[in-house]
Amino acid sequence: MTAGSGWIDEALREHDHSQRPENPAGRPSLPVTDREQQVLDRIDRARRRHPRVREERITMSHGAGGKATHTLIEAVFLDAFRNPLLEPLEDAAELRVPVPGAVPGVAARLALTTDSYVVSPLFFPGGNIGDLAVNGTVNDLSVSGATPLYLTAGFILEEGFPVADLTRVAASMREAAAAAGVHIVTGDTKVVQRGKADGCYVNTAGVGVISRDASFGVAYARPGDAIIVSGPIGDHGITIMLARGELDIEADVVSDTAPLNGLIAALLDAVPGVRAMRDATRGGVATILNEIARAADVGVLVSEDAIPVRDEVRGACELLGIDPMYVACEGRMVAVVPGEDADAAVRALRGHPLGAEAAVIGHVLADQPGIVRLKTSFGGTRIVDLLVGDPLPRIC
Amino acid sequence: MRFVDEFRDADKAHALAAKIAALCEPGRSYKFMEVCGGHTHTIYKHGLEDYLPEAITLVHGPGCPVCVIPMGRVDDAMHLASRPDVIMTSFGDMMRVPGSQGSFFDAKAAGTDIRMVYSPLDSLKIARQNPDRQVVFMAIGFETTAPSTAMTMLRAFSEGLTNFSVFCNHVTIIPAIKAILDSPDLRLDGFIGPGHVSTVIGCRPYEFIARDYRKPVVVAGFEPLDILQSIYMLMLQLSSGRSEIENQYSRVVPWDGNVVALKAIGETMELRPYFEWRGLGFISHSALRVREKYAAMDAERLFSVPGVRVADPKACQCGEVLKGVLKPWECKVFGTACTPETPIGTCMVSPEGACAAYYNYGRMNRNRVAEAVVQAARP
Amino acid sequence: MCLGIPGEVVEIHPEQPDLAKVNVSGVKRLINIGLLSDDPPKPGEWVLIHVGFALSKIDEAEAAAAMAFLEGIGQAYEDEIAALRGSLIE
Repeated sequence: MTAGSGWIDEALREHDHSQRPENPAGRPSLPVTDREQQVLDRIDRARRRHPRVREERITMSHGAGGKATHTLIEAVFLDAFRNPLLEPLEDAAELRVPVPGAVPGVAARLALTTDSYVVSPLFFPGGNIGDLAVNGTVNDLSVSGATPLYLTAGFILEEGFPVADLTRVAASMREAAAAAGVHIVTGDTKVVQRGKADGCYVNTAGVGVISRDASFGVAYARPGDAIIVSGPIGDHGITIMLARGELDIEADVVSDTAPLNGLIAALLDAVPGVRAMRDATRGGVATILNEIARAADVGVLVSEDAIPVRDEVRGACELLGIDPMYVACEGRMVAVVPGEDADAAVRALRGHPLGAEAAVIGHVLADQPGIVRLKTSFGGTRIVDLLVGDPLPRIC
Repeated sequence: MRFVDEFRDADKAHALAAKIAALCEPGRSYKFMEVCGGHTHTIYKHGLEDYLPEAITLVHGPGCPVCVIPMGRVDDAMHLASRPDVIMTSFGDMMRVPGSQGSFFDAKAAGTDIRMVYSPLDSLKIARQNPDRQVVFMAIGFETTAPSTAMTMLRAFSEGLTNFSVFCNHVTIIPAIKAILDSPDLRLDGFIGPGHVSTVIGCRPYEFIARDYRKPVVVAGFEPLDILQSIYMLMLQLSSGRSEIENQYSRVVPWDGNVVALKAIGETMELRPYFEWRGLGFISHSALRVREKYAAMDAERLFSVPGVRVADPKACQCGEVLKGVLKPWECKVFGTACTPETPIGTCMVSPEGACAAYYNYGRMNRNRVAEAVVQAARP
Repeated sequence: MCLGIPGEVVEIHPEQPDLAKVNVSGVKRLINIGLLSDDPPKPGEWVLIHVGFALSKIDEAEAAAAMAFLEGIGQAYEDEIAALRGSLIE
């Protein structure tokens, strides 16, 4: 049973309180739509409340990148480590490091990020854990507006793991680093007993330098902005799921793992006014849209027809009852740009091989803040909430 | 995607919406129940209600097989799963259903061997690969899914597998519909009939609804245009004073059902004298259990289960939502204490549950297209 | 749970005739067609897939008829709107 069920009584009390008429003389009962709106408002308040982890034990949901992950981060880690550099909870932290001996007030602006990779299986069509490790960290730095420079690589190896596989992973990391123009400059190795790590886990940290004036962050999104995705979504997550072999499904999908620093540089050169960038990993595009809506307290409306999805990814998702919007990518970015710069942004992205299918998928609105809506191909509208549960565990 | 995309076409939706709106008698309101959880899911996922005029309300029915499982049965399943020799296998949507001691998901986090499968055949594969363990398949679903469980059991039987069994929680749709029809709380004008259940049982079993209760039924497909067209067909029936059974999903549903499937069910399973449905209470002849002949594959006979009846938490109003008496947002704990991550009841857990569908997809200000369409058409 | 998806039969398994490979938008999977043993599907035919089993064949004629009806509605609607607009010109 979930811990502390006193909150059920609390919610009931709140419900009963809201039902009491304010006017002692009584007021005529509200029409249905107004009553529904009251409930929606109450739910909105409940959702904005301080996050609390209700479970007593970690579950796979906590690693899915959706609601449970966010709650865990905010309630446990943000609570424990709270400081202004951590608060934005962006993909990388933006640091100002005073340079000794320089003119007072001059500081180096750095971006620092870290990531762990627990993907299973380790090798899959399109890459392996090594590619993910390098590209993932390069991307976290790049979407923060930094030029990625140096990476660390920590390995936790399971007793019995084949050295040949480790060599393959390291070789992939060398090639990925070269392709991205970064260097792996320090690392660590640990071995744990058979059964305590699934073959190989990798942890990386990355540092880059921020040379552009602008600051990026989802909190800067504002009504009128356009939301752009750099290419078809869901390739990585579906590849991993099929590679697990449990579902007996064959399809021609490969992971989209790729370093995005070149693509992002092209975008920023063309549109310096980009407000925010995120790489769409765990939790997929839907998670990023919700992060935008929450952080900037704005509404988001996207159009199903505008979101690029490969046919096979769509087929696999339909077969399994999964929504591609929640499926992880490893080489796609979401950008928020001022509305008037949307065309220039898409052109810049499409000019780069990794952005060939970039598209505007929707806009930021003032309407219904905090809520992400989708206009379906059918023409109706629905909400896109944060992911609950974990349809595809251990994808990155 | 063929047979999918063409049934999601927005232009045809506009056309249907105008026709439906035109059939509404001024001052009259209409209530249709979609029985099937899959239909509830489609309605919310595609924002279908945007195409309906204010006069038409859709009431969500009990056709969500996960939603109607009482807590006691979940506890029984958890008990089975907790046996060290057992590998419990289950469909994904069962994983988060709360019993009185938590869900499969919680048990898995605490170390119990519970595995998600897409098909009962995957469960059989696990049994073959783990001859020293007992593999139990948590069988849920209406008549849509029962044939698949039946075929899997027949396969296991012919292979002589001795470590595979089924914890059977299959339920049948007609008693549930009858319970709704006999319920004094509800006044419905017609039914959007179950789609995939009907591929197995056919359309004849619904004839009593038109004959004895004088309500029209249209068996509907699962794409949004299917449902919209079915509503149009219901409105046509009402406006001409008919109450008949019609089959909108004729491309998939044969009027006489699937005899092979029915035979497979009949061979391996039989009706229980009664079964408890969450929210609807005990209903006679409404659920299936494994036949004597296949007792070696009946998890309830192989292992003992507590079989304790557990009352729903006081705060839970799933029963009323399942009967269509309450809309999800009218439940006292909807969205506050009861959310998809912290579900109190089953309606919030299953992707087909009305509360989950509304919370995940529908929780926003409606933007009614239909009115606009009709307005635009007026001079 | 009610999830049923249309797929095209690509081939019947050479050794196990109650298994068939289906194609769903480029994704292929083996499913059991034992429930259709009265009238087994042939490559090129479409079936409704549910939890790894084919529940029913998709009747292409009925599907075409359904589409024709919907198209008819669409056309009638367009004609009506056009007629309406035409009459507004005055």
